[in-house]
Amino acid sequence: MIRFENVTKRFGAKTVLDGLSFEIEKGETFVVVGTSGAGKSVSLRHMIRLLTPDAGRVWVGDDCVNEAGGKKLERILGRFGVLFQSGALLQWLNVEDNVCLPLRQKSKRPDGEIRRLAAEKLALVGLEGVGDKTPDNISGGMRKRVGLARAIVTEPEIILYDEPTSGLDPVISRQIDLLIDDLRKKLGVTSVVVTHDLYSALYVGTRVAMLHEGKFVVCAPPEEFVASEHPIVRDFLQAQSIADMHDVRKAFGK
Amino acid sequence: MITREPHIFDPPANVFAAAGRGIIMACQGTGQALLLLLGAAAQTPHLFSRKNRDDVMRQLYLVGIKSLGVVSVVALFTGMILALQAGLELRRYGQENNIGTLVCVSMLREMGPFMTGLVIAASVGSAIAAQMGTMTVAEEIAALDVMSINPLRYLMMPRLVALAVMLPLLTVYTNLLGIFGGAIVGATQLGVSLEAYFDNAFRYAENKDLYVGLFKAFLFGLIVVTVACHQGFAATEGAVGVGRATRRTVIVSFLLILVVGYFVTRMFYQ
Repeated sequence: MIRFENVTKRFGAKTVLDGLSFEIEKGETFVVVGTSGAGKSVSLRHMIRLLTPDAGRVWVGDDCVNEAGGKKLERILGRFGVLFQSGALLQWLNVEDNVCLPLRQKSKRPDGEIRRLAAEKLALVGLEGVGDKTPDNISGGMRKRVGLARAIVTEPEIILYDEPTSGLDPVISRQIDLLIDDLRKKLGVTSVVVTHDLYSALYVGTRVAMLHEGKFVVCAPPEEFVASEHPIVRDFLQAQSIADMHDVRKAFGK
Repeated sequence: MITREPHIFDPPANVFAAAGRGIIMACQGTGQALLLLLGAAAQTPHLFSRKNRDDVMRQLYLVGIKSLGVVSVVALFTGMILALQAGLELRRYGQENNIGTLVCVSMLREMGPFMTGLVIAASVGSAIAAQMGTMTVAEEIAALDVMSINPLRYLMMPRLVALAVMLPLLTVYTNLLGIFGGAIVGATQLGVSLEAYFDNAFRYAENKDLYVGLFKAFLFGLIVVTVACHQGFAATEGAVGVGRATRRTVIVSFLLILVVGYFVTRMFYQ
Protein backbone atom coordinates (compact mmCIF):
# COMPACT_ATOMS: atom_id res chain seq x y z
CA MET A 1 0.00 0.00 0.00
CA ILE A 2 2.89 2.34 0.86
CA ARG A 3 6.28 1.75 -0.72
CA PHE A 4 9.60 3.53 -0.28
CA GLU A 5 12.09 3.00 -3.12
CA ASN A 6 15.67 3.96 -2.27
CA VAL A 7 14.57 7.18 -0.55
CA THR A 8 17.40 9.48 0.40
CA LYS A 9 16.93 12.73 2.29
CA ARG A 10 19.63 15.12 3.40
CA PHE A 11 19.45 18.23 5.58
CA GLY A 12 22.64 20.16 4.92
CA ALA A 13 25.54 17.77 5.44
CA LYS A 14 23.45 15.28 7.44
CA THR A 15 21.95 12.32 5.59
CA VAL A 16 18.76 11.46 7.46
CA LEU A 17 17.38 8.76 5.13
CA ASP A 18 19.99 6.81 3.22
CA GLY A 19 18.44 4.83 0.36
CA LEU A 20 15.58 3.61 2.53
CA SER A 21 13.36 0.94 0.96
CA PHE A 22 10.39 -0.84 2.50
CA GLU A 23 6.76 -1.70 1.84
CA ILE A 24 3.73 -1.52 4.11
CA GLU A 25 0.89 -3.95 3.39
CA LYS A 26 -2.78 -3.07 3.55
CA GLY A 27 -4.30 -3.49 7.02
CA GLU A 28 -1.04 -3.74 8.94
CA THR A 29 0.23 -1.46 11.68
CA PHE A 30 3.79 -0.60 10.79
CA VAL A 31 5.82 1.01 13.56
CA VAL A 32 9.04 2.92 13.06
CA VAL A 33 11.20 3.26 16.16
CA GLY A 34 14.54 4.91 16.70
CA THR A 35 16.42 7.44 18.75
CA SER A 36 15.58 11.15 18.63
CA GLY A 37 16.76 12.65 15.34
CA ALA A 38 17.02 9.25 13.64
CA GLY A 39 14.58 10.37 10.92
CA LYS A 40 11.38 8.64 12.03
CA SER A 41 9.13 11.66 11.51
CA VAL A 42 11.04 12.52 8.34
CA SER A 43 10.07 9.16 6.84
CA LEU A 44 6.44 9.72 7.89
CA ARG A 45 6.38 13.19 6.34
CA HIS A 46 7.50 11.82 2.99
CA MET A 47 4.28 9.77 2.80
CA ILE A 48 2.14 12.92 2.86
CA ARG A 49 4.43 15.15 0.79
CA LEU A 50 5.36 17.45 3.66
CA LEU A 51 8.88 16.47 2.58
CA THR A 52 10.13 15.32 -0.80
CA PRO A 53 13.07 12.95 -1.22
CA ASP A 54 16.40 14.09 -2.66
CA ALA A 55 16.49 10.73 -4.42
CA GLY A 56 14.12 7.79 -4.70
CA ARG A 57 10.34 7.54 -4.77
CA VAL A 58 7.47 7.16 -2.35
CA TRP A 59 4.41 5.26 -3.60
CA VAL A 60 0.92 5.14 -2.16
CA GLY A 61 -0.90 2.44 -4.09
CA ASP A 62 -0.10 3.11 -7.72
CA ASP A 63 0.56 6.81 -7.20
CA CYS A 64 4.00 8.32 -6.77
CA VAL A 65 3.55 10.88 -3.99
CA ASN A 66 6.63 12.97 -4.68
CA GLU A 67 5.67 13.49 -8.33
CA ALA A 68 1.96 14.18 -7.76
CA GLY A 69 0.47 17.65 -7.74
CA GLY A 70 -2.88 19.43 -7.81
CA LYS A 71 -5.96 17.22 -7.79
CA LYS A 72 -3.93 14.00 -7.87
CA LEU A 73 -2.05 14.96 -4.71
CA GLU A 74 -5.34 15.99 -3.11
CA ARG A 75 -6.76 12.56 -3.96
CA ILE A 76 -3.71 10.83 -2.47
CA LEU A 77 -3.85 12.94 0.69
CA GLY A 78 -7.56 12.16 0.97
CA ARG A 79 -6.58 8.55 1.70
CA PHE A 80 -4.70 9.66 4.84
CA GLY A 81 -5.64 10.75 8.31
CA VAL A 82 -2.77 12.16 10.33
CA LEU A 83 -2.34 12.53 14.07
CA PHE A 84 0.37 15.13 14.57
CA GLN A 85 2.68 15.10 17.57
CA SER A 86 1.05 18.15 19.13
CA GLY A 87 -2.46 17.32 17.95
CA ALA A 88 -2.28 20.40 15.66
CA LEU A 89 -5.77 21.55 16.62
CA LEU A 90 -6.87 25.03 15.58
CA GLN A 91 -6.90 27.03 18.79
CA TRP A 92 -9.83 29.31 17.99
CA LEU A 93 -12.17 26.43 17.20
CA ASN A 94 -13.76 24.30 19.88
CA VAL A 95 -13.31 20.52 19.95
CA GLU A 96 -16.42 19.80 17.89
CA ASP A 97 -15.57 22.38 15.21
CA ASN A 98 -12.01 21.03 15.00
CA VAL A 99 -13.32 17.54 14.31
CA CYS A 100 -15.93 18.88 11.86
CA LEU A 101 -13.35 21.01 10.00
CA PRO A 102 -12.23 18.57 7.26
CA LEU A 103 -15.82 17.66 6.39
CA ARG A 104 -17.06 21.26 6.49
CA GLN A 105 -14.26 22.39 4.19
CA LYS A 106 -14.09 19.42 1.84
CA SER A 107 -17.58 17.94 1.62
CA LYS A 108 -21.05 19.15 0.73
CA ARG A 109 -22.78 17.23 3.51
CA PRO A 110 -25.38 19.11 5.58
CA ASP A 111 -24.09 20.52 8.85
CA GLY A 112 -26.33 18.27 10.96
CA GLU A 113 -24.82 15.15 9.42
CA ILE A 114 -21.29 16.53 9.88
CA ARG A 115 -21.98 17.15 13.57
CA ARG A 116 -23.38 13.65 13.97
CA LEU A 117 -20.28 12.11 12.38
CA ALA A 118 -18.01 14.24 14.57
CA ALA A 119 -19.88 13.15 17.71
CA GLU A 120 -19.59 9.53 16.57
CA LYS A 121 -15.81 9.80 16.14
CA LEU A 122 -15.39 11.65 19.43
CA ALA A 123 -17.27 8.82 21.13
CA LEU A 124 -15.02 6.30 19.38
CA VAL A 125 -11.94 7.92 20.95
CA GLY A 126 -13.66 8.09 24.32
CA LEU A 127 -14.48 11.79 24.33
CA GLU A 128 -18.14 12.56 24.84
CA GLY A 129 -19.50 15.84 26.12
CA VAL A 130 -16.34 17.89 25.51
CA GLY A 131 -17.37 19.25 22.10
CA ASP A 132 -17.78 22.81 23.34
CA LYS A 133 -14.38 23.03 25.06
CA THR A 134 -11.48 24.80 23.37
CA PRO A 135 -8.13 23.00 22.86
CA ASP A 136 -6.39 25.03 25.58
CA ASN A 137 -8.98 23.87 28.12
CA ILE A 138 -8.32 20.14 27.71
CA SER A 139 -5.37 17.95 28.69
CA GLY A 140 -2.54 16.85 26.38
CA GLY A 141 -3.96 13.34 26.15
CA MET A 142 -7.41 14.67 25.25
CA ARG A 143 -5.88 16.94 22.60
CA LYS A 144 -4.26 13.90 20.99
CA ARG A 145 -7.55 12.04 21.06
CA VAL A 146 -9.35 15.02 19.48
CA GLY A 147 -6.59 15.07 16.84
CA LEU A 148 -7.25 11.38 16.27
CA ALA A 149 -11.01 11.95 15.98
CA ARG A 150 -10.31 14.65 13.38
CA ALA A 151 -7.95 12.28 11.55
CA ILE A 152 -10.58 9.54 11.27
CA VAL A 153 -13.67 11.68 10.65
CA THR A 154 -13.13 11.46 6.88
CA GLU A 155 -12.80 7.67 7.20
CA PRO A 156 -9.33 7.40 5.68
CA GLU A 157 -7.69 4.17 4.51
CA ILE A 158 -4.38 4.99 6.17
CA ILE A 159 -3.74 6.64 9.54
CA LEU A 160 -0.35 8.11 10.38
CA TYR A 161 0.59 8.62 14.02
CA ASP A 162 3.53 10.91 14.73
CA GLU A 163 4.76 10.20 18.28
CA PRO A 164 1.23 9.54 19.59
CA THR A 165 2.36 9.01 23.19
CA SER A 166 5.14 11.59 23.54
CA GLY A 167 4.69 14.00 26.42
CA LEU A 168 1.97 11.89 28.02
CA ASP A 169 2.09 10.07 31.35
CA PRO A 170 2.34 6.25 31.21
CA VAL A 171 -1.34 5.67 32.00
CA ILE A 172 -2.59 7.99 29.26
CA SER A 173 0.07 6.61 26.89
CA ARG A 174 -1.27 3.09 27.34
CA GLN A 175 -4.83 4.37 26.76
CA ILE A 176 -3.73 5.91 23.45
CA ASP A 177 -2.01 2.64 22.47
CA LEU A 178 -5.17 0.66 23.24
CA LEU A 179 -7.12 3.16 21.18
CA ILE A 180 -4.77 2.76 18.18
CA ASP A 181 -5.13 -1.00 18.41
CA ASP A 182 -8.88 -0.71 18.81
CA LEU A 183 -9.19 1.57 15.75
CA ARG A 184 -7.27 -0.89 13.59
CA LYS A 185 -9.60 -3.66 14.65
CA LYS A 186 -12.82 -1.61 14.30
CA LEU A 187 -11.98 0.36 11.15
CA GLY A 188 -9.59 -2.07 9.47
CA VAL A 189 -7.26 0.75 8.49
CA THR A 190 -3.60 0.62 7.61
CA SER A 191 -1.56 2.44 10.26
CA VAL A 192 1.93 3.83 10.40
CA VAL A 193 3.19 4.78 13.84
CA VAL A 194 6.37 6.67 14.61
CA THR A 195 7.48 6.43 18.22
CA HIS A 196 10.45 5.99 20.53
CA ASP A 197 8.23 4.20 23.08
CA LEU A 198 9.00 0.49 22.57
CA TYR A 199 6.13 -0.69 24.78
CA SER A 200 3.77 1.17 22.49
CA ALA A 201 5.55 -0.07 19.34
CA LEU A 202 5.55 -3.71 20.37
CA TYR A 203 1.94 -3.65 21.53
CA VAL A 204 0.29 -1.91 18.54
CA GLY A 205 2.65 -3.00 15.75
CA THR A 206 2.21 -5.90 13.38
CA ARG A 207 5.76 -5.08 12.23
CA VAL A 208 8.36 -2.95 13.99
CA ALA A 209 11.28 -1.33 12.18
CA MET A 210 14.33 0.17 13.87
CA LEU A 211 15.68 3.20 12.00
CA HIS A 212 19.37 3.88 12.50
CA GLU A 213 21.67 6.05 10.37
CA GLY A 214 19.09 6.38 7.63
CA LYS A 215 18.29 2.68 7.25
CA PHE A 216 16.21 0.00 8.93
CA VAL A 217 18.60 -2.21 10.86
CA VAL A 218 15.77 -4.58 11.85
CA CYS A 219 12.23 -4.81 10.45
CA ALA A 220 10.23 -7.68 11.90
CA PRO A 221 7.06 -8.71 13.76
CA PRO A 222 7.19 -7.77 17.48
CA GLU A 223 8.18 -11.24 18.72
CA GLU A 224 11.12 -11.39 16.29
CA PHE A 225 12.05 -7.79 16.99
CA VAL A 226 12.33 -8.47 20.73
CA ALA A 227 14.47 -11.53 20.03
CA SER A 228 16.80 -9.61 17.68
CA GLU A 229 20.51 -9.74 18.53
CA HIS A 230 21.29 -6.51 16.72
CA PRO A 231 23.26 -4.33 19.20
CA ILE A 232 21.26 -1.15 18.46
CA VAL A 233 17.99 -3.00 19.09
CA ARG A 234 19.37 -4.66 22.22
CA ASP A 235 20.49 -1.26 23.60
CA PHE A 236 17.07 0.17 22.88
CA LEU A 237 15.26 -2.74 24.53
CA GLN A 238 17.52 -2.65 27.58
CA ALA A 239 17.12 1.11 27.96
CA GLN A 240 13.36 0.56 28.28
CA SER A 241 13.72 -2.60 30.44
CA ILE A 242 12.08 -4.95 27.95
CA ALA A 243 13.37 -8.54 28.01
CA ASP A 244 10.55 -10.20 26.07
CA MET A 245 6.93 -9.78 24.94
CA HIS A 246 5.75 -10.84 28.40
CA ASP A 247 7.02 -7.46 29.76
CA VAL A 248 5.03 -5.64 27.09
CA ARG A 249 1.82 -7.55 27.71
CA LYS A 250 2.24 -7.01 31.45
CA ALA A 251 2.49 -3.26 30.92
CA PHE A 252 -0.89 -3.41 29.21
CA GLY A 253 -2.38 -5.66 31.92
CA LYS A 254 -2.70 -8.64 29.56
CA MET B 1 1.12 23.18 -0.24
CA ILE B 2 2.13 26.06 2.00
CA THR B 3 4.30 23.98 4.33
CA ARG B 4 7.91 24.42 3.29
CA GLU B 5 10.84 22.13 3.70
CA PRO B 6 13.48 23.36 6.14
CA HIS B 7 16.54 24.87 4.50
CA ILE B 8 19.81 24.16 6.22
CA PHE B 9 22.82 26.00 4.83
CA ASP B 10 26.49 25.68 5.59
CA PRO B 11 27.96 28.86 7.10
CA PRO B 12 29.01 31.29 4.32
CA ALA B 13 32.71 31.18 3.46
CA ASN B 14 33.17 34.95 3.47
CA VAL B 15 31.33 38.27 3.52
CA PHE B 16 30.66 38.18 -0.25
CA ALA B 17 29.11 34.71 -0.02
CA ALA B 18 26.96 35.93 2.88
CA ALA B 19 25.85 39.01 0.90
CA GLY B 20 25.11 36.89 -2.18
CA ARG B 21 23.05 34.45 -0.15
CA GLY B 22 21.18 37.35 1.44
CA ILE B 23 20.30 38.80 -2.00
CA ILE B 24 19.18 35.42 -3.36
CA MET B 25 17.02 34.78 -0.29
CA ALA B 26 15.48 38.27 -0.50
CA CYS B 27 14.56 37.63 -4.16
CA GLN B 28 13.14 34.20 -3.29
CA GLY B 29 11.17 35.71 -0.42
CA THR B 30 9.73 38.43 -2.67
CA GLY B 31 8.71 35.85 -5.25
CA GLN B 32 7.11 33.61 -2.61
CA ALA B 33 5.23 36.57 -1.09
CA LEU B 34 3.87 37.62 -4.51
CA LEU B 35 2.78 34.05 -5.22
CA LEU B 36 0.96 33.99 -1.87
CA LEU B 37 -0.81 37.25 -2.74
CA LEU B 38 -1.84 35.96 -6.16
CA GLY B 39 -2.90 32.62 -4.68
CA ALA B 40 -5.07 34.28 -2.05
CA ALA B 41 -6.51 36.77 -4.57
CA ALA B 42 -7.46 33.82 -6.79
CA GLN B 43 -9.57 32.49 -3.90
CA THR B 44 -11.68 35.67 -3.57
CA PRO B 45 -14.51 34.26 -5.76
CA HIS B 46 -15.21 31.97 -2.73
CA LEU B 47 -15.69 35.06 -0.57
CA PHE B 48 -19.38 34.49 0.08
CA SER B 49 -19.34 30.69 0.08
CA ARG B 50 -20.77 28.91 3.12
CA LYS B 51 -17.27 27.71 4.06
CA ASN B 52 -15.65 31.16 4.12
CA ARG B 53 -18.40 33.66 4.87
CA ASP B 54 -18.07 33.54 8.67
CA ASP B 55 -14.27 33.86 8.59
CA VAL B 56 -14.46 36.86 6.27
CA MET B 57 -17.00 38.57 8.54
CA ARG B 58 -14.86 37.83 11.62
CA GLN B 59 -11.78 39.32 9.97
CA LEU B 60 -13.69 42.39 8.80
CA TYR B 61 -14.79 42.92 12.39
CA LEU B 62 -11.28 42.35 13.82
CA VAL B 63 -9.56 44.66 11.34
CA GLY B 64 -12.23 47.35 11.12
CA ILE B 65 -14.05 47.59 14.41
CA LYS B 66 -11.33 46.41 16.81
CA SER B 67 -8.85 48.91 15.35
CA LEU B 68 -11.16 51.90 15.70
CA GLY B 69 -9.84 52.96 19.12
CA VAL B 70 -6.18 53.28 18.26
CA VAL B 71 -6.93 54.66 14.77
CA SER B 72 -9.16 57.36 16.33
CA VAL B 73 -6.45 58.58 18.70
CA VAL B 74 -3.75 58.54 16.01
CA ALA B 75 -6.01 60.29 13.47
CA LEU B 76 -7.15 63.02 15.84
CA PHE B 77 -3.66 63.85 17.04
CA THR B 78 -2.17 63.70 13.54
CA GLY B 79 -4.60 66.41 12.45
CA MET B 80 -3.99 68.42 15.62
CA ILE B 81 -0.19 68.27 15.26
CA LEU B 82 -0.37 69.22 11.58
CA ALA B 83 -2.61 72.19 12.37
CA LEU B 84 -0.50 73.36 15.29
CA GLN B 85 2.86 73.12 13.50
CA ALA B 86 1.59 74.71 10.31
CA GLY B 87 -0.58 77.25 12.12
CA LEU B 88 2.23 78.59 14.28
CA GLU B 89 4.37 79.21 11.19
CA LEU B 90 1.55 80.64 9.09
CA ARG B 91 0.54 82.99 11.90
CA ARG B 92 3.87 84.81 11.51
CA TYR B 93 2.66 85.80 8.03
CA GLY B 94 -0.97 86.32 9.02
CA GLN B 95 -2.03 83.28 6.98
CA GLU B 96 -3.34 81.06 9.77
CA ASN B 97 -6.79 80.94 8.14
CA ASN B 98 -5.25 78.65 5.50
CA ILE B 99 -4.47 75.82 7.90
CA GLY B 100 -7.72 74.15 6.85
CA THR B 101 -6.41 73.70 3.32
CA LEU B 102 -3.07 72.44 4.53
CA VAL B 103 -4.51 69.92 6.99
CA CYS B 104 -7.20 68.69 4.59
CA VAL B 105 -4.89 68.17 1.60
CA SER B 106 -2.15 66.61 3.76
CA MET B 107 -4.58 64.21 5.37
CA LEU B 108 -6.28 63.17 2.14
CA ARG B 109 -3.13 62.74 0.07
CA GLU B 110 -0.56 61.44 2.53
CA MET B 111 -1.12 61.44 6.24
CA GLY B 112 -4.48 59.64 6.28
CA PRO B 113 -3.44 56.51 4.37
CA PHE B 114 0.10 56.62 5.72
CA MET B 115 -0.83 56.80 9.42
CA THR B 116 -3.65 54.26 9.02
CA GLY B 117 -1.28 51.91 7.18
CA LEU B 118 1.33 52.16 9.91
CA VAL B 119 -1.18 51.62 12.71
CA ILE B 120 -2.71 48.60 10.97
CA ALA B 121 0.75 47.16 10.13
CA ALA B 122 1.78 47.45 13.77
CA SER B 123 -1.46 46.12 15.26
CA VAL B 124 -3.18 43.83 12.75
CA GLY B 125 -0.10 42.87 10.67
CA SER B 126 1.89 41.80 13.71
CA ALA B 127 -1.10 39.86 15.05
CA ILE B 128 -1.55 38.02 11.74
CA ALA B 129 2.18 37.18 11.58
CA ALA B 130 2.14 35.91 15.18
CA GLN B 131 -0.95 33.80 14.56
CA MET B 132 0.29 32.32 11.27
CA GLY B 133 3.75 31.80 12.79
CA THR B 134 2.37 30.00 15.82
CA MET B 135 0.18 27.84 13.59
CA THR B 136 3.18 27.01 11.41
CA VAL B 137 5.48 25.94 14.25
CA ALA B 138 2.62 24.02 15.93
CA GLU B 139 2.10 22.08 12.65
CA GLU B 140 -1.45 23.45 12.28
CA ILE B 141 -0.65 24.71 8.76
CA ALA B 142 0.84 21.31 7.89
CA ALA B 143 -2.35 19.70 9.23
CA LEU B 144 -4.46 21.92 6.95
CA ASP B 145 -2.22 21.04 3.99
CA VAL B 146 -2.57 17.33 4.70
CA MET B 147 -6.36 17.67 5.02
CA SER B 148 -6.23 19.40 1.60
CA ILE B 149 -7.69 22.53 3.15
CA ASN B 150 -5.96 25.33 1.25
CA PRO B 151 -4.48 27.73 3.85
CA LEU B 152 -4.60 30.50 1.24
CA ARG B 153 -8.37 30.12 1.01
CA TYR B 154 -9.06 29.26 4.63
CA LEU B 155 -6.65 31.67 6.35
CA MET B 156 -5.17 34.26 4.00
CA MET B 157 -8.09 35.16 1.74
CA PRO B 158 -10.41 36.35 4.58
CA ARG B 159 -7.58 38.52 5.94
CA LEU B 160 -6.76 39.83 2.47
CA VAL B 161 -10.37 40.85 1.88
CA ALA B 162 -10.63 42.38 5.36
CA LEU B 163 -7.52 44.53 4.94
CA ALA B 164 -8.24 45.49 1.32
CA VAL B 165 -11.74 46.65 2.29
CA MET B 166 -11.17 48.01 5.76
CA LEU B 167 -7.94 49.94 5.26
CA PRO B 168 -9.53 52.37 2.75
CA LEU B 169 -12.61 52.70 4.98
CA LEU B 170 -10.46 53.34 8.04
CA THR B 171 -8.53 55.88 5.98
CA VAL B 172 -11.74 57.79 5.27
CA TYR B 173 -12.41 57.76 9.01
CA THR B 174 -8.81 58.89 9.73
CA ASN B 175 -9.14 61.72 7.22
CA LEU B 176 -12.36 62.99 8.78
CA LEU B 177 -11.05 62.78 12.35
CA GLY B 178 -7.72 64.37 11.36
CA ILE B 179 -9.46 67.28 9.67
CA PHE B 180 -11.72 67.62 12.71
CA GLY B 181 -8.66 67.55 15.02
CA GLY B 182 -7.12 70.36 12.99
CA ALA B 183 -10.33 72.34 13.37
CA ILE B 184 -10.21 71.97 17.15
CA VAL B 185 -6.63 73.28 17.30
CA GLY B 186 -7.49 76.04 14.84
CA ALA B 187 -10.43 77.19 16.94
CA THR B 188 -8.79 76.83 20.37
CA GLN B 189 -5.11 77.65 19.74
CA LEU B 190 -4.94 79.76 16.60
CA GLY B 191 -8.16 81.75 16.63
CA VAL B 192 -9.42 80.33 13.32
CA SER B 193 -13.19 79.99 13.30
CA LEU B 194 -14.70 76.64 12.37
CA GLU B 195 -16.49 78.25 9.43
CA ALA B 196 -13.26 79.71 8.03
CA TYR B 197 -11.38 76.47 8.67
CA PHE B 198 -13.84 74.21 6.84
CA ASP B 199 -14.42 76.76 4.09
CA ASN B 200 -10.66 76.73 3.42
CA ALA B 201 -10.33 73.00 3.99
CA PHE B 202 -12.58 71.94 1.14
CA ARG B 203 -11.91 74.83 -1.25
CA TYR B 204 -8.62 73.47 -2.58
CA ALA B 205 -9.05 69.74 -1.94
CA GLU B 206 -9.86 67.76 -5.09
CA ASN B 207 -11.61 64.45 -5.58
CA LYS B 208 -8.33 63.13 -6.92
CA ASP B 209 -6.70 63.69 -3.52
CA LEU B 210 -9.28 61.42 -1.92
CA TYR B 211 -9.10 58.72 -4.61
CA VAL B 212 -5.30 58.60 -4.65
CA GLY B 213 -5.26 58.39 -0.86
CA LEU B 214 -7.75 55.52 -0.91
CA PHE B 215 -5.79 53.75 -3.63
CA LYS B 216 -2.70 54.00 -1.45
CA ALA B 217 -4.63 52.60 1.52
CA PHE B 218 -5.79 49.67 -0.61
CA LEU B 219 -2.17 48.95 -1.62
CA PHE B 220 -1.02 49.27 2.00
CA GLY B 221 -3.67 46.70 2.98
CA LEU B 222 -2.30 44.25 0.40
CA ILE B 223 1.26 44.91 1.60
CA VAL B 224 0.44 44.29 5.27
CA VAL B 225 -1.45 41.04 4.73
CA THR B 226 1.08 39.67 2.23
CA VAL B 227 4.11 40.44 4.39
CA ALA B 228 2.40 39.14 7.55
CA CYS B 229 1.26 35.84 6.00
CA HIS B 230 4.57 35.31 4.21
CA GLN B 231 6.56 35.85 7.38
CA GLY B 232 4.16 33.75 9.45
CA PHE B 233 4.13 30.81 7.04
CA ALA B 234 7.95 30.89 6.93
CA ALA B 235 8.36 30.86 10.73
CA THR B 236 10.63 28.18 12.19
CA GLU B 237 12.29 27.46 15.53
CA GLY B 238 9.34 27.85 17.88
CA ALA B 239 8.70 30.99 19.90
CA VAL B 240 11.92 32.66 18.72
CA GLY B 241 10.87 32.17 15.11
CA VAL B 242 7.39 33.57 15.78
CA GLY B 243 8.94 36.64 17.43
CA ARG B 244 11.27 37.08 14.46
CA ALA B 245 8.38 36.79 11.99
CA THR B 246 6.38 39.40 13.91
CA ARG B 247 9.28 41.86 14.09
CA ARG B 248 10.10 41.44 10.40
CA THR B 249 6.45 41.95 9.47
CA VAL B 250 6.35 45.34 11.18
CA ILE B 251 9.72 46.45 9.77
CA VAL B 252 9.13 45.27 6.18
CA SER B 253 5.56 46.63 6.14
CA PHE B 254 6.71 50.04 7.39
CA LEU B 255 9.45 50.23 4.76
CA LEU B 256 7.19 49.10 1.92
CA ILE B 257 4.44 51.53 2.98
CA LEU B 258 6.95 54.38 2.81
CA VAL B 259 8.45 53.35 -0.52
CA VAL B 260 5.16 52.46 -2.24
CA GLY B 261 3.56 55.63 -0.86
CA TYR B 262 6.32 57.72 -2.44
CA PHE B 263 6.02 56.07 -5.85
CA VAL B 264 2.22 56.33 -5.93
CA THR B 265 2.49 60.04 -5.12
CA ARG B 266 5.05 60.46 -7.89
CA MET B 267 2.88 58.56 -10.34
CA PHE B 268 -0.21 60.70 -9.74
CA TYR B 269 1.20 64.13 -8.96
CA GLN B 270 4.38 64.56 -11.00
